[in-house]
Amino acid sequence: MNIALLTSEIAVVILALLIIVFDLLMPREEARRSLGYFAVCGLLGILVYTFNQYGSSATVYHGFFVLDKFALFFKQLFLVATILTLLFSFDYIEGLTHNTGEFYALLLLSLVGMMVMVSANDLLTVFVGLELMTIIFYILVGFDLRSVKSSEAGTKYLILGSAASAVLLYGMSWVYGFTGSIVLSQIATHVTASPAMLLGLGLMLAGFCFKLSIAPFHMWAPDVYEGAPIPVTAMLAMASKAAGVAVLLRVFLVAFANLQGYWLPVISVLAGLSMVVGITVAIWQTNTKRMLAYSSVAQAGYILSGLLAADAAGVKGMLFYAVLYMVANVGAFAVTTAVSNQCGSDKIDDLSGLSQKSPFLAVVMTVSLLSMAGLPPMAGFVGKLYIFTAITDKGYFGIAMLGLVMSMVSVYYYMGVVKVMYSKEAKNQQEFTTSTALRIVALISLIATLCIGIYPGPLAALANAAAQSLW
Amino acid sequence: MIDFPLLTAILLTPIWGILVLSFMPREADKTIKMISAVTMAIALGLTSYAYWAYDVSVGGLQYVETIPWISELGVAYAVGVDGISMPLLLLTMLVGFSTVFVSWNVEKRSKEFFIQLLLLIVGAIGTFVSQDLFMFLLFYELGIIPSYIMIVVWGSSERVSKEYAAMKLTIYLLIGSAFMIAGVIMLYLNAFSAGLRTFSMQALAQAHVVGNLSEHVQVVTFFLLLLGFGSTLSMWPFYSWAPDGYAAAPTGVSMLHAGVLKKIGGYGLIRIGLLVLPLGIKFWAPFIALFAVVNVLYAAFVTIAQKDLKYIVGYSSISHMGYILIGLAALNVISIDGAIANMFAHGIMSALFFAMIGLVYDKTNTRQVQSLGGLAHQMPRVATGFMLAGMSSLGLPALAGFIPEFTTFVGAFEVYPLYTLLAISGIVFTALYILRVLANVLFGPRRAEFDVCRDASGVELVSLVLLGTVLVVVGVFPQLLMGMVNSGMEPVMGLLVNLHVTPTLLGGVFQ
Repeated sequence: MNIALLTSEIAVVILALLIIVFDLLMPREEARRSLGYFAVCGLLGILVYTFNQYGSSATVYHGFFVLDKFALFFKQLFLVATILTLLFSFDYIEGLTHNTGEFYALLLLSLVGMMVMVSANDLLTVFVGLELMTIIFYILVGFDLRSVKSSEAGTKYLILGSAASAVLLYGMSWVYGFTGSIVLSQIATHVTASPAMLLGLGLMLAGFCFKLSIAPFHMWAPDVYEGAPIPVTAMLAMASKAAGVAVLLRVFLVAFANLQGYWLPVISVLAGLSMVVGITVAIWQTNTKRMLAYSSVAQAGYILSGLLAADAAGVKGMLFYAVLYMVANVGAFAVTTAVSNQCGSDKIDDLSGLSQKSPFLAVVMTVSLLSMAGLPPMAGFVGKLYIFTAITDKGYFGIAMLGLVMSMVSVYYYMGVVKVMYSKEAKNQQEFTTSTALRIVALISLIATLCIGIYPGPLAALANAAAQSLW
Repeated sequence: MIDFPLLTAILLTPIWGILVLSFMPREADKTIKMISAVTMAIALGLTSYAYWAYDVSVGGLQYVETIPWISELGVAYAVGVDGISMPLLLLTMLVGFSTVFVSWNVEKRSKEFFIQLLLLIVGAIGTFVSQDLFMFLLFYELGIIPSYIMIVVWGSSERVSKEYAAMKLTIYLLIGSAFMIAGVIMLYLNAFSAGLRTFSMQALAQAHVVGNLSEHVQVVTFFLLLLGFGSTLSMWPFYSWAPDGYAAAPTGVSMLHAGVLKKIGGYGLIRIGLLVLPLGIKFWAPFIALFAVVNVLYAAFVTIAQKDLKYIVGYSSISHMGYILIGLAALNVISIDGAIANMFAHGIMSALFFAMIGLVYDKTNTRQVQSLGGLAHQMPRVATGFMLAGMSSLGLPALAGFIPEFTTFVGAFEVYPLYTLLAISGIVFTALYILRVLANVLFGPRRAEFDVCRDASGVELVSLVLLGTVLVVVGVFPQLLMGMVNSGMEPVMGLLVNLHVTPTLLGGVFQ
């Protein structure tokens, strides 16, 4: 048994436990920002270590846990997302609660859940990882005890999320019952197109779509995104979604590849619906987080549409898109955090006059939003090009067309934000201050979005290698 | 000299300017303007040299540079110009250079303004020099967002609010580009089999020769591209963003949009539509010709009813796009020669027109025809600019507008006699509204309320002198322009001749 494959997960758990211990040992009145930096440094170390794990493709625990390039790709994505999120949210979290140590520890534990998910090679591990992540998010979403919205969001997420988990588990039990196995590769050999099997498959798909906030399973997303503290919203939007994508890919392409004929049409409808619903509803939003929530529904639709190709090219596009989506969201949420620190709320209106108060952050926000809209030379364009080329090649031209048109419609509400930043005068004249860490994160997001858009080669090669390892 | 990367230098000069500007302090208003002017002067100088040094007798693509970029997708950094793109590149520079001086009186947030103005110009340069479809798309969309911001922040609300106009322009252009991107994806996938795929325009132009693009694919793809480029070119029925957008935009942006960015539509239809998808354009040509006539006549009628100077030039430019479209649709060398030359002539003319309107508006604070009058008394120089632009617009011989329009009609007449006659009748209406405007605004009795208005002077003269000179020089020596355009069309001649004898689906029915 090669326990070394679990090193990074174990390391993150230890890091989380250490933070809890340090939190207890530190004098009560002492500032806890050091814990945040400690977490960031620890995660950086683990990120560097994961590069060592490339090249191996082995399983542990009787094939339940697999470490291949696909899993590593996502693990690194989660690590980067967590590091960046932590960096831009120190001020915000300290304004939120005194128990910042707990917050960091919980965030790290949810990271462990995601990391387990993407390595899961059987339905049970998938479920365990998923629950580890989700249960911690229930807590994190309601972390802002002074805000009714946050508590409401936590409760809502708890109830709906549990129901979705139950549906997922029910689906898994049908599949297990009819194939006699929970290991993905063995399911693949026993899978038949019996109605019971399809029922199980459908239930599982519904469960996953809930986690991915794919329409029509997206109802929870806007309320939860709006109520949750911004760093948690960011993690929900970027990392938890990417984890859902990873699991969906592995389960559907490894275990249920033979049933393609049944699930592809469903996926195409869900993806198209998500794009349309996400974008049309986002137009009416006045809260930045809520707008980003609906936009994330649409983005999930784009990512999901890559699955229609059901080949390495499509998966490559999805992985590529997941990264650029993460990068763009980091920028958008960092700016939202900065503005929220300043104004105390997160309405789109609060961004008024940002271009004069902080031109740099205004540019970051603009570039991030336009990247999500898929305008060149930002990364989003290349991502859409990869996905839509792959699916057009398989004959889904209609979905590609819909996606392109909807992405241009989405510019409408992104431009609404840009307009507020550039043309409206600032509401107050007070000095705009942001922490250096936040500025650095914003700069990283800006540079990464432009670099991926202008020179996508290296990232595409990485995504391609990861995608190939699924077959 | 061959080794000097001339086009890259032309492309990088404004980008370099943007970088310098973004590190300038916001208060350094004059320095910011000087830097923009110097940047554009260098770029204009380089382009003029390129135009002059282009070997017309050899023709074809010159100053070519190719560097692999994203090899896995078949994308390369490929630039090069031929007789089709060279005049348009020069047009971009002439207009771009003028816009810097036209915008000299922008005081509010001038740093942001000039950065975005240069970005708009970079986008236009990039589309005309790229020989790679991926690059083309990238530069094509580069200008749209800056246009939006510039209209919203520095624009003016007259008949419609500037926010509305800006959003309309953005959405029309972007939705159009969504169809265009879909068309490009379709072309990319069908032109070559997996592994050999490329975005190179040269390679794609060979795809139909080796028989990789079936007629059906060409027809569908061309339709998608037509939706995209048609909205850029403000082809009927996708035109309504243009007048509102031009009217709301600050003068410099109107000049660039009407003068240069619009021409990207026509250029794209030739470069991608004609050269890559000949059967597609043949199928749709009768429809394009029909739309062209609607463009010419309908827009001309609407123009007659306009009272705002910017709307007049806005609608009139839509009307002129009809001449370019019918030249394209006739699908013979003469008519397409005319269409390309017309793009250049119209670009210079409409830019000059907008520049003069900007001056008049600055000085009198109105753009309404009925509240202006007798301006030639107070502002003889502005009046000269107006006259030059107006006369070129209605196709007076010895100005740039005449030869291109004449050539277009000669070429188009043998293919679409009826449509061409209708289009020619558009000139009458053009003369009607242009002369009426010139008479009302410039001539008539001297009006005392305008006595305080000073004539154009100093930097305001730059655009007048530069664009006015070009109008006259090209009008008197049309060979300077036509020779270049013709050398670009020569290689296409064989393609066009073959096209007429190729049996097609629907196109034949209309002829």
